[in-house]
Amino acid sequence: MNEISETREAREARLQGLGCKRKRVEDIRFTQGKGSYVDDLKLPGMLFGDFHRSPYGHARVKSIDTSKAKAVPGVLAVLTAADLKPLKLDWMPTLAGDVQAVLAGDKVLFQGQEIAFVVATDRYIAADAADLIEVEYEELPALVDPFKAMAEGAPILREDIKDKTEGAHGKRKHPNHIFTWEIGDHETTDLAFRDAEVTIKELISYQRVHPCPLETCQSVASFDKIKGELTVWGTFQAPHVVRTVAAILSGIPEHKIHVIAPDIGGGFGNKVGVYPGYVCAIVASIVTGRPVKWVEDRIENLSATAFARDYHMTTEIAATKAGKVTGLRVHVLADHGAFDACADPSKWPAGFFNIVTGSYDFPTAHVTVDGVYTNKAPGGVAYRCSFRVTEAAYCIERAMDILAQKLGLDPAELRMRNFIRREQFPYHSALGWEYDSGDYHTAMQKALDTVGYQALRAEQRAKQEAFRRGETREVMGIGVSFFTEIVGAGPSKNCDILGIAMFDSAEIRIHPTGAVIARMGTKSQGQSHETTYAQIIASEIGIPADDVMVEEGNTDTAPYGLGTYGSRSTPTAAAATAMACRKIKAKAQMIAAHLLEVHHDDVEFDIDRFRVKGMPERFKTMKDIAWTAYNAPPPGLEPGLEAVSYYDPPNMTYPFGAYICVMDIDLDTGVAKVRRFYALDDCGTRINPMIIEGQVHGGLTEAFAIAMGQEIAYDEIGNVKGASFMDFFLPTAVETPKWETDFTVTPSPHHPIGAKGVGESPNVGGVPAFSNAVNDALAFLGATHIQMPHDAWRIWKAAEALGAQG
Amino acid sequence: MIPGPFAYHRPRSLAEAVALCAAHPDDGRPLAGGHSLVPMMKLRLATPDHLIDLGAVAELKGVRREGNGWVIGATTTQAALITDPNLAQAIPILRETAQQIADPQVRSCGTIGGNVANGDPGNDMPALMMCLDATFRLAGANGTREVKARDFYQGAYVTALEPGELLTAITIPHPPAGHGYAYEKLKRKIGDYATAAAAVMLTLAGGRITTCAISLTNVAPTPLLAADAAAATIGQKPEEATFAEAAHRAEAITEPTPDGRGPADYRTKMAGVMVRRALARAVARASA
Ligand SMILES: Cc1cc2nc3c(=O)[nH]c(=O)nc-3n(C[C@H](O)[C@H](O)[C@H](O)COP(=O)(O)OP(=O)(O)OC[C@H]3O[C@@H](n4cnc5c(N)ncnc54)[C@H](O)[C@@H]3O)c2cc1C
Repeated sequence: MNEISETREAREARLQGLGCKRKRVEDIRFTQGKGSYVDDLKLPGMLFGDFHRSPYGHARVKSIDTSKAKAVPGVLAVLTAADLKPLKLDWMPTLAGDVQAVLAGDKVLFQGQEIAFVVATDRYIAADAADLIEVEYEELPALVDPFKAMAEGAPILREDIKDKTEGAHGKRKHPNHIFTWEIGDHETTDLAFRDAEVTIKELISYQRVHPCPLETCQSVASFDKIKGELTVWGTFQAPHVVRTVAAILSGIPEHKIHVIAPDIGGGFGNKVGVYPGYVCAIVASIVTGRPVKWVEDRIENLSATAFARDYHMTTEIAATKAGKVTGLRVHVLADHGAFDACADPSKWPAGFFNIVTGSYDFPTAHVTVDGVYTNKAPGGVAYRCSFRVTEAAYCIERAMDILAQKLGLDPAELRMRNFIRREQFPYHSALGWEYDSGDYHTAMQKALDTVGYQALRAEQRAKQEAFRRGETREVMGIGVSFFTEIVGAGPSKNCDILGIAMFDSAEIRIHPTGAVIARMGTKSQGQSHETTYAQIIASEIGIPADDVMVEEGNTDTAPYGLGTYGSRSTPTAAAATAMACRKIKAKAQMIAAHLLEVHHDDVEFDIDRFRVKGMPERFKTMKDIAWTAYNAPPPGLEPGLEAVSYYDPPNMTYPFGAYICVMDIDLDTGVAKVRRFYALDDCGTRINPMIIEGQVHGGLTEAFAIAMGQEIAYDEIGNVKGASFMDFFLPTAVETPKWETDFTVTPSPHHPIGAKGVGESPNVGGVPAFSNAVNDALAFLGATHIQMPHDAWRIWKAAEALGAQG
Repeated sequence: MIPGPFAYHRPRSLAEAVALCAAHPDDGRPLAGGHSLVPMMKLRLATPDHLIDLGAVAELKGVRREGNGWVIGATTTQAALITDPNLAQAIPILRETAQQIADPQVRSCGTIGGNVANGDPGNDMPALMMCLDATFRLAGANGTREVKARDFYQGAYVTALEPGELLTAITIPHPPAGHGYAYEKLKRKIGDYATAAAAVMLTLAGGRITTCAISLTNVAPTPLLAADAAAATIGQKPEEATFAEAAHRAEAITEPTPDGRGPADYRTKMAGVMVRRALARAVARASA
């Protein structure tokens, strides 16, 4: 290659840097079946663990007899709470400041709760023996409805803390109460409602769902008694946090704990927390002196590891007749299940739910959230969204439609009238956030123009007329949603997990030949970090992305970081990557100046080299510089070319987008068909448009699943219903609509490369778009709010309640 | 999700298979495609001590003409029902129904015999067999016998099969030329059992419906033959009012269990909608 004659475009293209639709490097191994997941790991002498779980939602455990299980040949140990107690491991702290039983002692609090852990030489023996454990129960009345949690006479669930009036987040007003979280201005909000010309009020529920990654949660623990070292491989979205927590809990020094997250088959929030399976595998390895593997099956994953949502939001908006919002009031009843195991930054028991003012210029707002215990699995994680942001976006986007209906205004028009204007950024919201940048009107207008919004409304009116004349049983809905996300936790002044500040990190090392290894504190579960981080490095320091290897997940080699969830990797670790690159670049400039025999102020960076200002033919490529850095550094400069950056972002980033869903509903069956779905995303600077599109497709598919069918339901005695793929709606390619993607670009002013994060936007914005489409379709029959999920029978029933089923 | 322990047998002939099944009437289970049985074993809802794999029994496979009908071997796969050119010509509703079962992976293992012997009200083939007036050939320790599909189903997972008895083949009368047919199935997604489904076979003459059979899937503990609904169409013009009356009568015999697919009243209504749609489509396909 002739480096002098090559055009600038060719040099630029060779880097495959920012903005390039670079193919995913991960796919080379994934498409050949060569990914390496936890369950692929086979160690000499490895044992398998399996749980005996509670069949009851609420019961006292009278006795546990493990003798038959222990007698099975091949069984090495059976752990119960009694075995964990002397080690002080029968309970473990949760991320939300509560404690959770590792193995149930006196009481079981949800169906599927872990009671005993059998360790055997193979999976089959472990499963057979787990079946032989005999537990004597005294069944107790189950508390399933969160609205009855604090009612008089409600069964008391958590006897371990029933007298504690003070929880991790303040006063508890009932033994089943976890916390009350309040934010905003009570008085001005009350005044806004007192003086309002128009108000709406609606209970908007977001049902309990599950992140349901294709790979379930799993781990392998191996304790080396001689060295006193513990190695844990696991499906961890945040491996460093697992290491620190394991050190604190076990007393094993942190440097002797090695946590490794290999390839992960999807996380979506489900793999942030710590589960009894991990703890039991570790204890079992210490007890037996052999590696122990624990792998959940699908039913266990759906019924016992962290769920998402279960938010019941009583929502009120005050407005003028002209359609200007003047106040927002929301009370949330949050069903957290049996233990408060939410994965939020520690000071945020309701996550960032205070983003609930959305994209609108609310002068005042007030929010209260009450968390309660019920006899359901613990969790409350951010399922492909930042903390409780999907709940907030659903709440405000549904409520804006309800207000539009009341005012007789078009929902898109109502949004346009209330958007925060471009010139208002950075914008301080009534509930305390500082939105970094946005241009909502432009995005909304582009969306409306692209789908031909007015023509769609005209078609809808014609169909409604035809329906009224009895000529068709099909109705049409247009769902508009405009969301603002808040991602990238996040400034350590606001965000920590159990006291661990939420920065992130990158360590970049350029080898003498100009090849690069880069390690980050985040952990991809399908987000394509190996591809995109390399692109940032390529653009920042001029080395082709193909020459960069990105590695994450091994706590011995990766710099400390808080992991990947809440769309935080781009706002934090990608920022750290850019910052580390800039440190390297500064040193490279010194070396280039030395080689070119000019002052370092007289050289400038140009794509993949430093050149002498005004003399483009005099340059040194980054490759030349790397070699020199090691082998002939300028006098006084250390050899080597590498840098570490720990990046504590000054603010969150605020991606946004306009989504429009066009839906046809057959009222005879209740079956809804998405005719068209248009998604415009503004995630600031676009690192890899193809990967953005892939993320949007995946997130929209999940949003579709949630809105149109997903639910983890319980019957009145606490049996979990539908915790298998027969009932839990995971759409196949056949059900999945076709997605149209689009974008605008409003960079983040505070992020080093202006990027905001996109992985979760489609879930956040998608759910209200689908739900609004269903509601919009039935609005002309008199519907104001129909609860999710919108599966066929519920739509049919809603139409029946409106008198549309003959 | 791990089955309990069991012994595995792989007989090479029908006689051997029948003998094995007869030897384990209560603690054994024949294994065909395994796509109903193995999931139940993984959930430990089925815990057979002996699994008798029918896969190597050649006599149980294949489709052939016999007299005025068709004989389909019990272990003929659902995929084979779709690809067999003669069957597709003669009894196209078999193909249409098989195509609505699960997905290609399930269909290439799952068999027609397993589907009808299973006794799960969610299976699609049993109602179709009732509609087609098929006969099941059974073999046991005491020899062979025949039972009409219409007499076979007694309750959820309860059939006329005696313990240790094997289903060897299904015979189906050759349907008249020019018949109209349809299998209408409402389901939540690919791979799901029916919320409600209806099979219709009919003939037309002189602008009227002359013969008609209607059956229903997954709206009662057993598949249902909707005889009353079919009777309401005979001699009638093939028009919406006729279909509606049949649908109405079909709804009357349903007793669905509420589940994730919907409450009972919804599923009853869906049975009616499926009947109406199946009738309309069958009429459109029939030669007048
Ligand atoms: C994801 C999924 C989705 C599905 N969806 C549908 C659907 O929509 N519609 C549908 O109809 N089916 C569906 N099925 C079931 C599938 O069609 C099965 O293949 C079928 O029900 C059973 O056939 P099999 O050959 O697999 O039988 P097996 O599972 O091997 O056996 C089923 C039962 O029949 C008994 N049996 C089998 N063969 C004989 C015989 N010759 N004589 C006596 N007893 C016998 C077995 O002992 C067992 O009790 C689905 C299955 C799966 C896994």
